Amino acid sequence: MSNELTIVAATVLCLLGVALYGLLTVRNLFQVIIALQILVKGALIALVMAGKISGQLNLGQSLAVTVIVADTIVAVVGLALAVQVKRYTGSLDIKNLSTLRR
Amino acid sequence: MLFNLLLMIAAVLCAFQALRTRQLLAAALWLACTSAIVAGLLYALGAHEVAVIELSVGAGLVTVLFVFGITIAGEETQEMRSLVPWALAGGLALALIGLVGWFVLPVPEASTAVAEPSFSVMLWENRGLDMLVQIGLIFAGVMGILGILAEKETAEERARANYKARQPQPPLPQPQTIHTESTPESQIKEAHA
Repeated sequence: MSNELTIVAATVLCLLGVALYGLLTVRNLFQVIIALQILVKGALIALVMAGKISGQLNLGQSLAVTVIVADTIVAVVGLALAVQVKRYTGSLDIKNLSTLRR
Repeated sequence: MLFNLLLMIAAVLCAFQALRTRQLLAAALWLACTSAIVAGLLYALGAHEVAVIELSVGAGLVTVLFVFGITIAGEETQEMRSLVPWALAGGLALALIGLVGWFVLPVPEASTAVAEPSFSVMLWENRGLDMLVQIGLIFAGVMGILGILAEKETAEERARANYKARQPQPPLPQPQTIHTESTPESQIKEAHA
């Protein structure tokens, strides 16, 4: 059983690492949102795993539902902002966002 | 255990591929694959309700939203050099993994649940405030989308519409009666009718 949970913990760590690497390297706004989604998926698995370890799986599940809703709203608003940035600057490059200061 | 290992490898590969590919639509599909695999992992953990929600929302709704957004914004596949050197980014990511792993591993044994309320009781009664916050969050998200995606009327379009509204409308042409010459054959037919 512990081996199974160790594999799940390793999945969480790998997803967090991949997402952080993506957040640091990608410059496309859509890919930044994808990296955030991957990060939240890692957190989601960690919540359920913590619930299972503490013997309160349903508590972990209810918290995971909240995370899913918040994550979806973040994705929706982020996508809408990306579309507007593309409309105003003509590019999805996050480097062009500095022109919004002028 | 082997099943979990396969799911883990597949999830990480799909996530990495979603960030590595340059085509945005392909990236959205790789993310949907990641969500589906994560849902399978959650199901294997015993979190059946969350697995179903993740599959429908993460792999379904979010993917549709991504495809919709990419269709509106258009594909942009040009090569962009990363602002942070890849070696530094990889080192930081590895440091994060190492640090969190040092705190988390080895994972303790799962304890057995002691008189835990059911999922619906936990969700609607014990975490009722969370549900209210989620409803508020959804409303805020919808309002934000309506505000952000609304087409703004430019000053030129507004001036043109005002000018058009102020112009007097030309009178409509009067309907004219059309006289057709009746032939003897048509007169006979009308008389028979």
